[in-house]
Amino acid sequence: MSGESAKSNLPPLSLHVPEPRSRPGDPVDFSDVVIPEAGKQPRPAENADPKDMTNLSYDLVRVLNEGGEAVGPWDPKLSEKQLLKMLRDMALTRAFDERLYRAQRQGKTSFYMKCRGEEATSIAPAMALDSEDMVFPSYRQQGILISRGYPLVEMVNQIYSNKGDKLKGRQLPIMYCSRRLNFFTISGNLATQYPQAVGWAMASAIKGDSRIAAVWCGEGSTAESDFHAAMTFGTVYNAPCIFNVVNNQWAISSFSGFAGAERTTFAARAIGYGMAGLRVDGNDALAVYAATQWAAHRARTNQGPTLIEHFTYRAEGHSTSDDPSAYRSADEAVEWPLGDPIERLKRHMIGLGIWDEERHVAMDEELANEVKAATKQAEKNGILGHGLHQPFETMFEDVFEELPWHLREQSEQAIREREIKWPE
Amino acid sequence: MARMNMIQAINSALDNMMERDDNVVMMGEDIGYFGGVFRATAGLQEKYGKTRVFDTPISECGIIGAAVGMGAYGLRPVPEIQFADYIYPGIDQLISEAARLRYRSAGEFIAPMTVRSPFGGGIFGGQTHSQSPESMFTHVSGIKTVIPSTPYDAKGLLIASIEDNDPVIFFEPKRIYNGPFDGYYDKPVQPWSKHDAGEVPDDYYRIELGKANIVREGADLTVLAYGTMVHVALGVIKEHGIDAEVIDLRTLVPLDIETIEKSIEKTGRCLIVHEATRTSGFGAELSALVQERCFYHLEAPIERVTGFDTPYPHSLEWAYFPGPVRIGEALDKIMKD
Repeated sequence: MSGESAKSNLPPLSLHVPEPRSRPGDPVDFSDVVIPEAGKQPRPAENADPKDMTNLSYDLVRVLNEGGEAVGPWDPKLSEKQLLKMLRDMALTRAFDERLYRAQRQGKTSFYMKCRGEEATSIAPAMALDSEDMVFPSYRQQGILISRGYPLVEMVNQIYSNKGDKLKGRQLPIMYCSRRLNFFTISGNLATQYPQAVGWAMASAIKGDSRIAAVWCGEGSTAESDFHAAMTFGTVYNAPCIFNVVNNQWAISSFSGFAGAERTTFAARAIGYGMAGLRVDGNDALAVYAATQWAAHRARTNQGPTLIEHFTYRAEGHSTSDDPSAYRSADEAVEWPLGDPIERLKRHMIGLGIWDEERHVAMDEELANEVKAATKQAEKNGILGHGLHQPFETMFEDVFEELPWHLREQSEQAIREREIKWPE
Repeated sequence: MARMNMIQAINSALDNMMERDDNVVMMGEDIGYFGGVFRATAGLQEKYGKTRVFDTPISECGIIGAAVGMGAYGLRPVPEIQFADYIYPGIDQLISEAARLRYRSAGEFIAPMTVRSPFGGGIFGGQTHSQSPESMFTHVSGIKTVIPSTPYDAKGLLIASIEDNDPVIFFEPKRIYNGPFDGYYDKPVQPWSKHDAGEVPDDYYRIELGKANIVREGADLTVLAYGTMVHVALGVIKEHGIDAEVIDLRTLVPLDIETIEKSIEKTGRCLIVHEATRTSGFGAELSALVQERCFYHLEAPIERVTGFDTPYPHSLEWAYFPGPVRIGEALDKIMKD
């Protein structure tokens, strides 16, 4: 073949397999993380043409500087009351995570997932959105429920799958759902909520409503085909939707390079779709609030969707079933250059003279007690244990609106088996 | 009353439902301005506007995913998947989401959507315009599967599907869009205008889901079929002069088990016919149910006539299709026992 000789001078092809900069035992290397100075990022008009703001997809919107001051055009200038709620809800989310993580270790439930370090990416958007706006969360936005005032005891009931569980013990712990609070039912299948949120937003537009949708996924899930479908539909129909990508650097054991982060940012994905894209310091609650507020106004005035990348760090394991020391440097969480979202907001509020260390310590103690009281109350409804908290026929209900004959027969069988397996 | 083919009956059902319920919206590839590659949505965008009948990007995952979100909002979406062969990119949204929404949210969110999709072979559609993937959905808890075999049924069943609060897969046998097909590919097809079931009311009516239709009463044998194969089976039993009872299942899930049981208890023999491939096809479920529930009434082994376990071929279509010869052999065998 003539082609063979022509190719003989070329080096052999080689496959590039991404590799994180540090593994267990290695010193942490965040030298590739570029942190621009806070306050320097321009804030375009809310009706800006996406073409004119592509720089913001590669930049990092930051409000809180190293001294804890709020600077620049993105400062949302929140009231003292709003700042206090923001801080408190983030601290409550962390207190809740700490206690429920331990509850899993104590065998009270099968599973738990913390959001430590990422509290700002759910609390701040929840505050910037209207309570009527529908949120389509992934499994790491428990802060939204907390911000919207969902009773902690209901959350714990769900985690314990006990007789108080509104989802009747059907769902894995933390897969919450609250129609009342416009919090969409969480699915285990990644990124499926993305096109669903677009559909919801399209429906709102079809009906001439004023509500918008907001959806979350992790950076790892952006590789799913649903992400692409949602971004396409989002721009094609100019859907009033905010696409949040929480880039916490890790998808279980896979670093963000396996989702494409070596070559570009996740916010820059927006550019190819013709969508507004913002890359935000995800540990800066004020920046996250401001970005969400910007995107919400944009969506609500028919200017279209926005993709927001929240640049943050998953400070803990993926879940109670995961041990991050097996794949990443143990010091990463400590050395993460964007710090801790709660500490940064706290420092800001102390600087404003509206907060102090003593009140913070007292608040943490109060919140720990609040969570403890909720878990104790929930425990009266039972813990996962044997799992037999729901009447057996409920297992067959809600598959369809009405029970067809085959499920009726199977339900009768389950109830018959109960008398044999667990005689009372 | 009007004479309609199946496309016109489907169009009429959609028209009636859009008229009755502002929350009914339709979307899919080429369904808007153009009216659909099979013309099922012709004229509807003009009549109801672009925000109720619209074209979509070529993304089945996006179409079905968006429909789930619209249902969660409170709309009643009727997405179209251009060919059932192309439903697979949307299958995660169907199985993991639409089918599970009510269950996993304990009824807080539902997916009252009807996915319409042309299916089945007999049109030289080759591998990707001929498939019958119904058993991929009958295996999923939380989805209803509906397949009409006449214009009259198509309209009544589609209206009932759209009004149903559960997700429905509505497979339209495209081989019989224009007329019933008896399996003789070399003979001209009679148009629906010459068939009683081509009489379709212009107005709203429903055919309840979960109810089979006995299209021919008989005493010697029960044939279980749906879609195109109802007509093929009818032709063959007529040819063979067998007094068979032919049951058009119409809905696969939920299945009308009572009608099936009653018939087998009367006839003692059961033949199952479908176009889909054999292994783990819906026929296996039917066969198991009949065996479990009618065992002492059976006078012969249950027979299944199906497509072969191969991808759907192009040039060898009529060797593949479960037509008169294959059905005839099975009939002879089952009646001999």
